[in-house]
Amino acid sequence: MENIAIIGIGMIPIKANYKTHNFADMAWETVNAALADAGISIKDVDNVITTSNDFWDGRTISCMAVGDASGVREKNCSCVEGDGTFGAFYGMARILSGSYGTTLVTGHTKGSESISSLITNAAFDPIYERALGPDMISGCAMQARAYMEKHGLTSRQTALVSVKNHGNAKHNPYAQLPMDISVDDVLASEMIADPLRKLDCSPVSDGCCAIILANEEKAKKLCKKPVWVKGAAFTSDAYFLGDRDLADPRSLVAAAKKAYAMAGITDPTKQIDIAEVYDAFSYQELMWLEGLGICEPGQAASLLEKGDFAVNGKLPVNASGGLLSGHPVIAAGLYRIAECVRQLRGEAGAVQKDGAKTAVAQGLNGVAGQSHCVWVLGADK
Amino acid sequence: MEQDLSKVTPLVYESRIGVPYNWWAGKTASRFFETIAHDKKLAATKCDKCGKVFVPPRKTCPECFVDTNSWVSLSGEGTVVTFTVVTRKLAALGKRNPPVIFALIRPDGADTAMLHILDNIAPEKVHTGLAVKPVFSENPKGHITDISHFEPV
Ligand SMILES: [Zn+2]
Repeated sequence: MENIAIIGIGMIPIKANYKTHNFADMAWETVNAALADAGISIKDVDNVITTSNDFWDGRTISCMAVGDASGVREKNCSCVEGDGTFGAFYGMARILSGSYGTTLVTGHTKGSESISSLITNAAFDPIYERALGPDMISGCAMQARAYMEKHGLTSRQTALVSVKNHGNAKHNPYAQLPMDISVDDVLASEMIADPLRKLDCSPVSDGCCAIILANEEKAKKLCKKPVWVKGAAFTSDAYFLGDRDLADPRSLVAAAKKAYAMAGITDPTKQIDIAEVYDAFSYQELMWLEGLGICEPGQAASLLEKGDFAVNGKLPVNASGGLLSGHPVIAAGLYRIAECVRQLRGEAGAVQKDGAKTAVAQGLNGVAGQSHCVWVLGADK
Repeated sequence: MEQDLSKVTPLVYESRIGVPYNWWAGKTASRFFETIAHDKKLAATKCDKCGKVFVPPRKTCPECFVDTNSWVSLSGEGTVVTFTVVTRKLAALGKRNPPVIFALIRPDGADTAMLHILDNIAPEKVHTGLAVKPVFSENPKGHITDISHFEPV
């Protein structure tokens, strides 16, 4: 594969409610931040991918409404409905086609403007499931139980993810919920859908993130500190929850294998310095780490207890605070990529992993992680 | 005219989208609901290639990418694979009041589990592996609630 680089990132702080910004305002601020970060102008952007969800935006063809603020005039603009990592994958493929030297990828959501439970209910099958009243939280609660029972994990163990990530968020100016909390605080928080309590769940959030991808020639010409895409892959599992073994993230395992093969990673336990994973719920961070091959199935909780995934641990995970500290759906995976870029450039401040060379970012789509998109990023080509 | 946006109080525009839909269930799901209405059984599709039995039934085998041409009839008695007790009044619950128990239930003879609601059991008594049976509604309407709920055998 031709070398592809990330030459710019832009984020706005994740908030519970962006009263001051509409969707286009968020895109405008984020896109300009990404252009400034790359040190380029909109003229240097060859094509644009926007990522959004029509239900959350309350607007059909929602991607079109942020086009003006994303500089799409007279450019080829296309869109992806789903997590931003999938939009970024499409953006990368467009460069690999040879038609474009650079792609701007954006993702936005304002969870604050509607009712997430109703929107995620509509992700379920309208004939067989929807009228029963499931949503993302109750669907993932069933996955949490399946995973925890399979490996004999306790709520005390999964709560530690929430404690770590909210604590990490104290160092992230973009995070919504920096908090000093204890395992007991998590266990005392409201039970929403057993075994998931309020502090096991990510909050409803508003946010927007943009990244700029470039081929090697453009990256070298335009950018002083490109971060290189070493591997990227996505894979999907069955749609119906009952068709899957919810405790076995096999589509993530498959996506990670492909991405690692591209990146030349043979032992992810040793060759990855930092990971930003899709911790929409506390148990998910553990499950996804296992799916990513960063440890054996069922082992993530005990490695977390040992401190391996802390900021100063062997392999810091969600040093940014992760989605538990702010979860703008759709943009979420792009934030994961952008946080990895900050680490690989050595710009992560108090949570910087010294000498971080290789990072993994993960995005997902669908209820209880139906499909996963894995990115391996490198400081060196 | 005021030039300074920092002095503006952002307004909220309240709205809602109400769009009716008529989803054709298709022949496969229609047979599922007809079988509930006439026989009080769960109709499942079977893949002739891998032999897997799917509930709810669907037209294609997701593993083999072939038509599922065979049908089997199941009583619906089965086991709880996983579950959750929802205790917050999540908006998706609609008219149901918490606690609501969602479960993935694998009917005997099926290779998949189906989503439904458990009732007539105290939430703290539910466990994975629990044997349950469907309770069918008195007035079937061609709707997933033609199975009123599942309850312990
Ligand atoms: Zn088959």
